[in-house]
Amino acid sequence: MLIRKPADIPYSEVTPKALYLRRREFIQTAAAGAIGAAVALSPRESRAQGRAKLPNVRKSSLSATEAPNSYDDATGYNNFYEFGTDKGDPKANAQRFVPRPWSIRVDGLVKTPATIDLDTFLKPFPLEERIYRLRCVEAWSMVIPWVGVPLADVIKKLEPQPSAKFVEFTTLLDASRMPGQRVPVLQWPYVEGLRMDEAMHPLSILAVGLYGETLPNQNGAPVRLVVPWKYGFKGIKSIVRIRFTDQQPRNSWQVSQPREYGFYANVNPEVDHPRWSQATERRLGEFRRRKTEMFNGYAQQVASLYSGLDLRKNY
Amino acid sequence: MIFAAALVPAAALVYGAFTSGLTANPIDYITDVTGTTALTFLVLSLAVTPLRRLTGKNELIKLRRMLGLFAFFYACLHFVTWSVLDWFFDFASMASDIVERPFITLGMTTLLLLLPLAVTSTAGMIRRLGKRWQLLHRLVYVAAVTAILHFWWLVKADIREPRLWALALSVLFGFRLWWTFRARLLTRS
Repeated sequence: MLIRKPADIPYSEVTPKALYLRRREFIQTAAAGAIGAAVALSPRESRAQGRAKLPNVRKSSLSATEAPNSYDDATGYNNFYEFGTDKGDPKANAQRFVPRPWSIRVDGLVKTPATIDLDTFLKPFPLEERIYRLRCVEAWSMVIPWVGVPLADVIKKLEPQPSAKFVEFTTLLDASRMPGQRVPVLQWPYVEGLRMDEAMHPLSILAVGLYGETLPNQNGAPVRLVVPWKYGFKGIKSIVRIRFTDQQPRNSWQVSQPREYGFYANVNPEVDHPRWSQATERRLGEFRRRKTEMFNGYAQQVASLYSGLDLRKNY
Repeated sequence: MIFAAALVPAAALVYGAFTSGLTANPIDYITDVTGTTALTFLVLSLAVTPLRRLTGKNELIKLRRMLGLFAFFYACLHFVTWSVLDWFFDFASMASDIVERPFITLGMTTLLLLLPLAVTSTAGMIRRLGKRWQLLHRLVYVAAVTAILHFWWLVKADIREPRLWALALSVLFGFRLWWTFRARLLTRS
């Protein structure tokens, strides 16, 4: 039926290591072939859906080694309340959203406040693929091959003032293009923030794509934040403003329910959500729950950021 | 015919299971659908009496038991989804969830409240219990309230749906209260 039992695999079925190590090549060839065919057959359709392969994407040693979820999982099961609160709403309601032209306002404690066209904004930075685990605060998870640029590189280029302690991000506010904003389920526009050292961490990226292609609208086109050791809601989508500040930003979920959602939102199996446990999660595509790992399995890289901080109070 | 219609949600889930039509998170989806369907039948069963009085169609009463039993049926499916698909018989985790998570406590409460009502729904039981049957079956009012609270306390931010159910239930309770109140006034004068 619907449950794929995680049956023991006979050794005869295990992919030989040499082949396994070449899987990317295989996937790339297959993907290139598929995209080539799609473009040849129906260029208009593929463009209408905004699916275009991103050129010159480098691999990264920071990628997870787990197998990514399917493209359909990652692009059909989304929390993006700007397009509706059901998991399927974003895909259904974001199809007509046009994420171009797009500009980003950079202001606050920064050398030169400016409004910059997105393509100009991103041009200096080479694209990298980052395969990351994504852990939602609702206790499900996925593995997603993002394409993006290290946030640290972007911030260095923007030259924040030394007094800047935090960076705050804001989503587009436009109810005519984001119909979910007509309903006050959250305070619009969506706001998120990071401490400066979190933002400068090599794992933090601004994503512009997934699966080697441009970011679908329902995933936060044209540009979104990905911070893999934090709950998914920190990954603010469709960013139009980056502000440097010396005050801790008030992120939308914290404003909505301060007892349940904090500023840090680090994945932590020991600190439960007031209404449900965070000890386990369901990886989409798997039947049994798996144990949630501290900092979503990135403890080795990020735990030092929080030494001395009471994670129970700073949830 | 209504019996067949009441099986549509269950049939749709079975069909979806074979056509991968249950979203990327099937267990969550099944939990959602069985829960919502149980609540729907519970509220429908409570709508029978007001509808009967408003329309004068007394034959509606024949539907009440079936609607109530379907509420129980979907509540059981909801429970089985949770205990088998979601937790896979991990009794320790389930027990601590029931104790520590108020919304799950209320879900279990609702199921336990519905259980004696389902058991005593046969004609024989109705005869045997006599007046006490009616008293016992007033538990359904409590179950409807706990069911809606169970829903309300699990949503993250978008409370529109549970709020709508609470409104529907308030209207149904409102009719009953008004009729009881009026009946008392009439008997006094």
